[in-house]
Amino acid sequence: MPDFQIKKNPKTYDVCIVGSGAGGGMAAYVLAKAGIKVVLLEAGPLYDPAINTTQLKWPWESPRRGAGHQGRPFGDFDAAYGGWEIDGEPYTHKNDTKFDWFRSRMIGGRTNHWGRISLRFGPKDFKRKSIDGLGEDWPIGYEDVAPYYDKVDQLIGIFGTKENLPNEPDGIFLPPPKPRLHELFVKEAATAIGIPVIPSRLSILTTKLPNNNERGACFYCAQCNRGCTVYGDFSSSSVLVKPALKSGNVDVIANAMAREVLTSSEGIATGISYVDKNDLQEYQVFAKVVVLAASAGESARLLLNSKSTKHPGGLANASGVIGKYLHDSTGVAMGGVMTKLFGRKRYNEDGVGGLHVYTPWWLENKKLDFPRGYHIEYWGGMGMPGYGFGFGMQNTNGKYPGRDGVRKEAGGYGASLKDDYRYYYGASFGMAGRGEAIAREDNYCEIDPTTVDKYGIPVLRFHYTWSDYEIKQAKHMQDTFQEIIHKMGGEITWGVKGKEDDYGLETPGRIIHEVGTVRMGNDPKKSALNKYSQAHDCKNLFVVDGGSFVSQADKNPTWTILALSMRASEYIIDELRKQNI
Amino acid sequence: MDRRKYLKTLAAGTLSTGVLLESCSPAEKQVKQPEDLSLVQGGPARQPDEIARFKKITAEKFFDEHEIKTISILADIIIPKDEVSGSATEAKVPEFIEFIVKDMPRHQIPMRGGLKWLDLQCLKRFEKPFSDCNGQQQIEMVDQIAWPAKAKPEMMQGVAFFNLIRDLTATGFFTSQIGIKDLGYAGNRPNQWDGVPQDVLDQYGVKYDEKMLAESVKFEA
Repeated sequence: MPDFQIKKNPKTYDVCIVGSGAGGGMAAYVLAKAGIKVVLLEAGPLYDPAINTTQLKWPWESPRRGAGHQGRPFGDFDAAYGGWEIDGEPYTHKNDTKFDWFRSRMIGGRTNHWGRISLRFGPKDFKRKSIDGLGEDWPIGYEDVAPYYDKVDQLIGIFGTKENLPNEPDGIFLPPPKPRLHELFVKEAATAIGIPVIPSRLSILTTKLPNNNERGACFYCAQCNRGCTVYGDFSSSSVLVKPALKSGNVDVIANAMAREVLTSSEGIATGISYVDKNDLQEYQVFAKVVVLAASAGESARLLLNSKSTKHPGGLANASGVIGKYLHDSTGVAMGGVMTKLFGRKRYNEDGVGGLHVYTPWWLENKKLDFPRGYHIEYWGGMGMPGYGFGFGMQNTNGKYPGRDGVRKEAGGYGASLKDDYRYYYGASFGMAGRGEAIAREDNYCEIDPTTVDKYGIPVLRFHYTWSDYEIKQAKHMQDTFQEIIHKMGGEITWGVKGKEDDYGLETPGRIIHEVGTVRMGNDPKKSALNKYSQAHDCKNLFVVDGGSFVSQADKNPTWTILALSMRASEYIIDELRKQNI
Repeated sequence: MDRRKYLKTLAAGTLSTGVLLESCSPAEKQVKQPEDLSLVQGGPARQPDEIARFKKITAEKFFDEHEIKTISILADIIIPKDEVSGSATEAKVPEFIEFIVKDMPRHQIPMRGGLKWLDLQCLKRFEKPFSDCNGQQQIEMVDQIAWPAKAKPEMMQGVAFFNLIRDLTATGFFTSQIGIKDLGYAGNRPNQWDGVPQDVLDQYGVKYDEKMLAESVKFEA
């Protein structure tokens, strides 16, 4: 007979944080440094990229040569354990709509897998409704967040260049790396047709941070996604959680899957009930303040699952907006080969773990048939071979003249084929747009009325469709990419899609930028949180992940999650001191 | 610690911030690689269910001896030894194929069925399975399925099979130690990225403009 007793933690903390990714890691860091007693719950295991490393491993050290599998869809070497499907933790869909939900249960969460692209939202990004009448304005503006972006830049480190672009605010930057060869080609071609290409802005330490001896400088292995042993890039585990723990003010409870937010009879949050994944026992931990940072999806799920007489529609959900306005970035990608790079000279061009240049949004929507913009990311060159290397040679080696200038019969075998792999190596490139979708009430996640996960926790059901806005934006990406590739003298080999395929627009969720489910606002009838990420109807409850976003911008959300979490944490410190919460 | 020494420490495989800090102290203490970090055996980079999956997969055998023999002959026809490097079997491509079809079950029927298809073709043609044919006969058979654009319609199942085994052989080879060396991939080591080498810039007629040179990260000579 299993033991059904609920184990209550005897210690009462100042703050209980759920989730250790960008938002939760930052909250733990800021609060712990201020001497606040924190308990940090994480649904996965402990993780430290200095120890749990796949960095500098060769492809043959993976029996699948780096190929992905269910637990590591981005490849066997990827630091993030998790994926689109997790055994025993399903999610469902309404009306046959599609939404793919990427989860990573481990210390650092999804900051263990990301491109380190760290873009500030610009002044326009907080006030889009005032510009185009769609969606909603944020209750804050760039000027409210800018000081926090500055502090995040200095604390975590980011490279980039001052460009003085109106909606791409400059930060406090470390110097960027020089462009790679294909990036020079991209820059030359795109600039010639009026598309700007500037140094990328990634949270990677091209030089050591001043006053931080805990982290080494980047040594250019291009493997940020594997986790960095010298902490030369940002992941929440190494840069935030580890120093937070060092303060002595944080207790981490790993493998703790939060079930619901506990509330008092007055409707005030009192703590978290969770199941320990190791012993499957039920636990409760208590705190004066509860901070959710479990991801936009998980935080909404937790709140909707925390019903009480004071909060019958779910905690902090008097507005009914929780779960609604879910939106992910749009994504379209295309790629090809550059014939002039066939037979290229070999040298180490790994560089940092990501693009060295990118294209910020550059057009005026007034002249276009869709709202909001997108940025463009580029890749290519002589990367480390992995599973999939050389696939489909029969589609390439009959198409172009070989070393001797003669076009061969496609396919084949033997010494001549073996040489083809060498000849075509390093000539591929690709590009992808990441754009802003409109946050809509009818794109949402809700509690599935009939399905629970293996811990008995009701699961999320998604309802999501793209509108004409996003589809037209995708078409614009298609046209732009083709123009750039044509100008570069490249040959497109994949990614050209027509109307019947929504111009290659990715399935919602695939870009892993989902936000908006617990949005902030000044009107408690239309938003769940106030401008400090504090729940309107539960003053000691905060949400510091992407859930609080009103709109997504054409930027990756991490830097804004970090800045807003820091801002909310400073507010919590202040309110605790004033004994308001 | 200066940057050069820093890179050297990293290259020595003593990669950890603990080590980094130790080396920065006056003693410049070096610490040994702590433990076996092998991805195959597990190590701290792998989760328990990944290790369990690996053990389960490697405990099973998918291909029988005859199939492995056929795969080995085909792999060496696809990637033979040449003046640059060894053959597919020297790079243990058949072992890789055995693993990957268990890891990616979608390859199992196309591989098993393709091998069977090949043997039946050879039985009809030469009254022997592929592996018992002589070298000339084997090449005669392979020539029927290795060239998609000129293959006969009745050979298309064989073409699909050969495309698959060509892919798996190439990937298995060029992700092996022999294959990476052959390819000349020069990365996966601590270094300083200071831009494209000058002779390559010259070859393609491109250069870094003054803005790039002024704002990019600089390294000590």
